[in-house]
Amino acid sequence: MAETINEVKFSDAAMAEIQRYISHYPVGRQKSALLPILHIAQAEFGGWVSPEVMDKIAEILNIQPIEVYEVATFYTMFNLKPVGKHVLEVCRTGPCCLRGADELINTLKRKLNIEEGETTADGMFTLKPVECLASCGTGPMLQVRELYYENLDSEERVDEFLEMMRQKEHETPTWAK
Amino acid sequence: MGLKILTEHINVPGIETLEVYRKHGGYRSVEKALKTMSPEEVVEEVKTSGLRGRGGAGFPTGMKWSFLAKPEGVPRYLVCNADESEPGTFKDRWFMQYNPHALIEGMITSSYALGANTSYIYIRGELMFVLRILEKAIAEAYAAGLLGKNILGSGYDLDLHVAPGGGAYICGEETALLESLEGKRGNPRNKPPFPAVKGLFASPTVVNNVETISSVPWIVNNGGAEYAKIGVGRSTGTKLISASGNINNPGVYEIELGVPVEEFIYSDQYLGGIWKGRELKAVVPGGSSVPILPKNLILKTAAGEDRLMTYESLSDGGFATGSMLGSGAFIVFDEEQCIVRNTWNYARFYHHESCGQCSPCREGTGWMEKVLHRIEYGHGHQQDIDLLVSVAKQIEGNTICPLGDAAAWPVAAAIRHFREEFEWHIKHPKEATAPGAVYRGKLDAVTA
Repeated sequence: MAETINEVKFSDAAMAEIQRYISHYPVGRQKSALLPILHIAQAEFGGWVSPEVMDKIAEILNIQPIEVYEVATFYTMFNLKPVGKHVLEVCRTGPCCLRGADELINTLKRKLNIEEGETTADGMFTLKPVECLASCGTGPMLQVRELYYENLDSEERVDEFLEMMRQKEHETPTWAK
Repeated sequence: MGLKILTEHINVPGIETLEVYRKHGGYRSVEKALKTMSPEEVVEEVKTSGLRGRGGAGFPTGMKWSFLAKPEGVPRYLVCNADESEPGTFKDRWFMQYNPHALIEGMITSSYALGANTSYIYIRGELMFVLRILEKAIAEAYAAGLLGKNILGSGYDLDLHVAPGGGAYICGEETALLESLEGKRGNPRNKPPFPAVKGLFASPTVVNNVETISSVPWIVNNGGAEYAKIGVGRSTGTKLISASGNINNPGVYEIELGVPVEEFIYSDQYLGGIWKGRELKAVVPGGSSVPILPKNLILKTAAGEDRLMTYESLSDGGFATGSMLGSGAFIVFDEEQCIVRNTWNYARFYHHESCGQCSPCREGTGWMEKVLHRIEYGHGHQQDIDLLVSVAKQIEGNTICPLGDAAAWPVAAAIRHFREEFEWHIKHPKEATAPGAVYRGKLDAVTA
């Protein structure tokens, strides 16, 4: 019985960026480009990496698929399931908590009507608490894709932020411009 | 406010561009080192300077450099550790974001000293926006002949690349970082062999922190002896301090090592005192893994001397009554903060970040998180406190890398100095779990 498998295809801009990373490493050490490529793949394919995408990366790097899976599952930035349009990666670590991170997470849960790790019904937001993002002086804060949103220390600031994000399209990564 | 070695020009508009950076004396150390000094002479100056690793360990940089093996025909690597992940630390992110050329200049001069012809900046993946800033600056440096073949006609070649991580605190540990840079899981390596002998791609490698490398140009320009005059004793030079928590002026401060802690907290030129008119309760002075100290012990040593912002003074008294300068992440707690909740939060962090290779760390961090969680949420048992102390002891020193110690220390220190607060949570769960409840016993209780 014939089975249809969706062909995973990186854009030309993404392939050029992948080749640029591979060129940074000595011949035979092309696997070193794996983490950068996972980031590129995530930006390219809707914010997460599917098994098919990982298999494609293995093919590009000429390594075993397991070598991609074991890395993608180790690092927290790689989403292994579909996510909303905007993944709100909220810092939940001590220094941000001293400035209201718990309140920020609770406010987001209440306003979006989701729990940690969940996506809103309209597919707009995923709430993903993360550990320290090296922005402790401007906490509480969160990250969406490549940008930081800081000092989210009041209900008004959170409302403003969510409203802005609802209107916002993804930033185009530098390499795709 | 003291001498500024790293941040003198950081507020100059356009300093992130090569043109403005050079106008303010940028890249002078590259000219000086490559054209008038041998690599050994650069290493000697760094040794003389007394510069110590700014990532947290405080190991003398010149000594680390001198350990680098130099077998014939084998490439050597310099890797910059920009995986800044220790909770409370944000100085490197801030510094690279606003003054990228300063790090690149340090990378060129340091790579020359070590004989590296390819160098990498490994930056945590969350800082992709900083990676873009660095790559733009690197492109400018290539175009100006400061990177690539035959730099400034000196005959020295260097390629410099930036590599992102993927979100893993453990990759700040240097051997885990090298694994990650090779495209693998961030599992720390057994030592020996040390990276100086077998590091990146099994070649001799030096791994240095962003701030450490960025301090090298000043040392080359002004001489190691001049650098050694700044600071106090073996704490030479300046240090970037990331100040966070319940203070009026959070942010990054470049200080000459030796500023009194009390002045640093309360002076308007630094942290501006505790916010909302509250009292100081405690400080974690060097990043989440170093021992927390109550107010009395952070301001004065057990012997009653003023505590200073130096490696030696902050560790005075050992772990019984002292702490560490660490990465310079100064986290301040006001009287409204709950030490049990904070300790649980840190324990959750270390459990989340344990790579899982060593059982004491993988299992122990999980136990600590669970036990602290039940104390915080009103289900603790009296014996839990001793259980935590026992688990912490069994992790410490029994793991491949220092993450185990980093997880054990904050728990042990919180109990050492705030045992009464833990006991109160266990004895009075109803009161302790009420919204906004905080233990209001003796704030400076010491049970050494």
